Amino acid sequence: MHTTRRQILKHSAAVAGLLAGTGLFPQYALAFNKGAFDAKSLADALKALGVNGAPEASSAITLTAPDIAENGAVVPLAVASTLAGVKQLVLLVEKNPSALVAVFNVSPEVEPSFATRAKMGESSDVYAVAITGDGKAHFAKKEVKVTLGGCGG
Amino acid sequence: MADPMRIRAQAQGDKATVRVLMSHEMESGQRKDASGNLVPAWHIQEVSASLNGKQVFSCEWGPAVSKNPFLQFVVKGAKAGDKLSVIWKDNKGDSRTDEATVS
Repeated sequence: MHTTRRQILKHSAAVAGLLAGTGLFPQYALAFNKGAFDAKSLADALKALGVNGAPEASSAITLTAPDIAENGAVVPLAVASTLAGVKQLVLLVEKNPSALVAVFNVSPEVEPSFATRAKMGESSDVYAVAITGDGKAHFAKKEVKVTLGGCGG
Repeated sequence: MADPMRIRAQAQGDKATVRVLMSHEMESGQRKDASGNLVPAWHIQEVSASLNGKQVFSCEWGPAVSKNPFLQFVVKGAKAGDKLSVIWKDNKGDSRTDEATVS
């Protein structure tokens, strides 16, 4: 069952890619980025978001997260950046089944500072990544220890 | 139809802090029910906000955002009395819009 689902996903992604390539799918760029949210690892998720090159650590990005989360189902995370030209701020949890948590689009009307709450399956590094207009990624990370997982049954 | 969102937008100087509490299951697609079947993912995919009818903010969420999600962002140039509306869409095509006044 898992293999078929994966194959279907793979095929539909390939088709979408082809359509995007031919320009027949103009709304693709604006639509929900399923590929990025399905990506299992940190690197794959960032690649699907259009990051080129390796992310660099940056002190201009602030990630606010607890040291120890008692309940992995509700972990408060906040991200802020003082970098210029940031297009997207991204939150990722490295050891979640799918690393990507949320993508915030930075517009001139809002400050690059967002907060939300995330689920974490186990203790893991949390990454806040700022993607600039030229596809470069800068990150800040913090380890969060989870005493009760939020993804299990 | 989902329950209404709770939106609080507070102006402070030339900007306003917006806090939104949505009511949504945010099923991750990883969980199994009592008989061992996988519960399909059901989560909010997109959230956007408009100030006086002009879109100012948008974001995309995966299933890893907590149940009954909380969101906070800061809108520049918002003042008391401005209308702020927030809309979310989930992966089943459901959506909800709610409006609040900046105070």
